[in-house]
Amino acid sequence: MSLIVEARHRLGRFSLDAGFTSQCGVTALFGRSGSGKTSLLRIIAGLTAPDEGRVSLDGDVLVDTAAGRFVPCHRRRFGYVFQEARLFPHLTVRKNLGYGRWFSPKAARGDDLARIVDLLGIEALLERRPSNLSGGEKQRVAIGRALLSDPRLLLMDEPLAALDEERKAEILPYLERLRDETSVPIVYVSHSVAEVARLADHVVVLEAGKIRATGSAADILGDASVSIAAERRETGALLEGTIRSIDDSNGLTTVVLKTASLLIPGHHDIGRRVRVHIPARDVLLATARPEGISALNILEGTVAGLKAGSGETMDVSVDCGGDVIQSRITRFSTERLGLKIGSPVYAIVKTVAFERP
Amino acid sequence: MDWLVLSDAEWTAIHLSLRISVVAMLASLPFGILVAMALARGRFWGKSLLNGIVHLPLILPPVVTGFILLILFGRRGPVGSFLSDWFGIVLSFRWTGAALACAVMGFPLMVRSIRLSIEAVDRRLEEAAGTLGASPLWVFATVTLPLILPGVIAGMILSFAKAMGEFGATITFVSNIPGETQTLSAAIYTFTQVPGGDLGAMRLTIVAIVISMAALLASEFMARLVGRRIEVE
Repeated sequence: MSLIVEARHRLGRFSLDAGFTSQCGVTALFGRSGSGKTSLLRIIAGLTAPDEGRVSLDGDVLVDTAAGRFVPCHRRRFGYVFQEARLFPHLTVRKNLGYGRWFSPKAARGDDLARIVDLLGIEALLERRPSNLSGGEKQRVAIGRALLSDPRLLLMDEPLAALDEERKAEILPYLERLRDETSVPIVYVSHSVAEVARLADHVVVLEAGKIRATGSAADILGDASVSIAAERRETGALLEGTIRSIDDSNGLTTVVLKTASLLIPGHHDIGRRVRVHIPARDVLLATARPEGISALNILEGTVAGLKAGSGETMDVSVDCGGDVIQSRITRFSTERLGLKIGSPVYAIVKTVAFERP
Repeated sequence: MDWLVLSDAEWTAIHLSLRISVVAMLASLPFGILVAMALARGRFWGKSLLNGIVHLPLILPPVVTGFILLILFGRRGPVGSFLSDWFGIVLSFRWTGAALACAVMGFPLMVRSIRLSIEAVDRRLEEAAGTLGASPLWVFATVTLPLILPGVIAGMILSFAKAMGEFGATITFVSNIPGETQTLSAAIYTFTQVPGGDLGAMRLTIVAIVISMAALLASEFMARLVGRRIEVE
C-alpha cells in the first residue's frame, strides 16, 4: 500500500498546505486541535475537494486538480470512522453493520460479519438500536460498519475523542487488535500522545496547516521539540517490549524491553509485543539506588543527553542498557545532582504512571 | 333513524370527495418532496420567489386561486389549451380539475411539513452513508427518506384534510356538477341553498366529521409507528 497525499486548501482564514506519503500499517496524523488534521483526512476521504492537490492510493489517482480529476467519496471505498459514531438511528446495529455491504463489489467482500463482530465484541448488541447504546458501544459499531464496507483504507478521525477515559480504555485494545489482525491500512487522526504511542507505526506531525515532521512513532514521540505540537506535558519515551509474566494477585504485568524490564499495571497476554509510553514528567532521577520507596521500577543507566527545555526545565535522556528513557527535571536539580553526559543514574518510574489500562 | 340513510347522490358526493382527495394527495407528493428538498437544501437564484409561489395559495382567497386556475387551465387558457390539444387532457369542469385545485391548495401545507423534517435531518449521517459507498440517490433512499418519513406522513394527511375541506377554489374552477365535480363540501352547500335540505346537510356533515377524525387518528397512529423506529441519537 502506498498513499500519496498532497493538498493545498483554504478555509476562511485557515490555510492547509501539506503532503505526506505513507506505507502500510497505521499512520497517525498528529497535532493540536485546529492544526488541520481533520481537513486533511476529509480531503483523503473525498468529503472535501481541495483547492489544489493530488491524492492517490497504490497508483489509483483519486484527486488530481491539475488534470481535473475528482473521484466522489462513495466510489473511493475508503472507510471513515468519525469522532461521533454517526450510526443510522432508523436501523438496528446489524443493519448498520451491513449498510456498506450493499454497495461494495461482491468480489471484494473479504471480511465476514462474524469475524468483525467477534473482533469488536459486539455480538450482544446486534438486534439493538443505536439510541440505546453507550458511547463506547456506538463507536465500536461504527468501526465495525466501516470495516465491513471492505475499505481499501480506513480513515479514523479521533474516534476516541468524544469518550471518557474509561470508554477509551475499553476501545483501545480493540483498535490494537484491528491493527494486528486486519490487513487494512489505517490513517489515524489524534491529538493524544498516548493513543498515537499505542497504535501508530508512522507519525505525521501537523502544525498550523503544515507538516512539521514525519517519521517512525518511536523517533517522533521521543523528540521533545516535536511534542510541542501536542501538549508539552505529554513528551516522553516510547519503548517496545514483550510481555514476560503476569502477577494476577497484584494485577501487574512484567514487560521486557531490550534489556530492562518494567512492571506495568493490568493484565496482558504473555508473549505479546506491546508499546509503553513513559511520560518524561513522571520519571525521577537519583544518583544512588533509592531504598524504601514505593515506586516499583528502578532502572540503572547513564545520562545519554541533556537538553534545556523551555523555562526552568531540563530534558535528560537516560540510556538503560539500550532502552532510552526521557526524564524532565528542573535545571536546578540537574546542577544539584551534578549530571553530565555519562554520569551513572537511576531512573525511577511509578507503575501507575503508565498509560496502559 | 331513517333520516340517517344516505341517498345515492350523497354517496356519489362522498365517493367523489374521497377519490379527489386521495388523487390530489398522491399526485402532489413527489412534487412536494422535490420542492421541499429544493427549499431546504438548494442554493439557487429565485429561491425566495419559488417559496412565495408555493405559499401563495395559503394567503390568497381560495376564489382567487380558483380563478387563476381557470385562466391557466381552462380550455382556452395557455396551459389548458396545450394539454387538450396535445394530450387530450381536459381539466376544467372535470373531477381531475377538482383534484388539481385541491392539490394546489394543499401543496403549501405539504411542502412546509416535509421541509421542516428535511431541515431536521442530521446531514452528518448522509456524509457517513457516502463514505460507506452509497451514491447520493441511494443516500436519499436509504437514509434521508426514512428519517423524514414522519414529516412526509404529516404532510400527506394535511394535504388530504385540506382537499376534503376545499371549497372556494374548486367551485370557482370546476363548478358544482353533481356526479362530476360536486364534492362533499359543495354538496352540503347545495343542500343549504334549497328548502328542506337541512337533513341532507346534517347527514353529510356527520360523514365529514367521521372522515376527518379517521384521517387524524390514522396520522397519529402512523406517526407513532414511525417515531418508535426513529429515535434521534
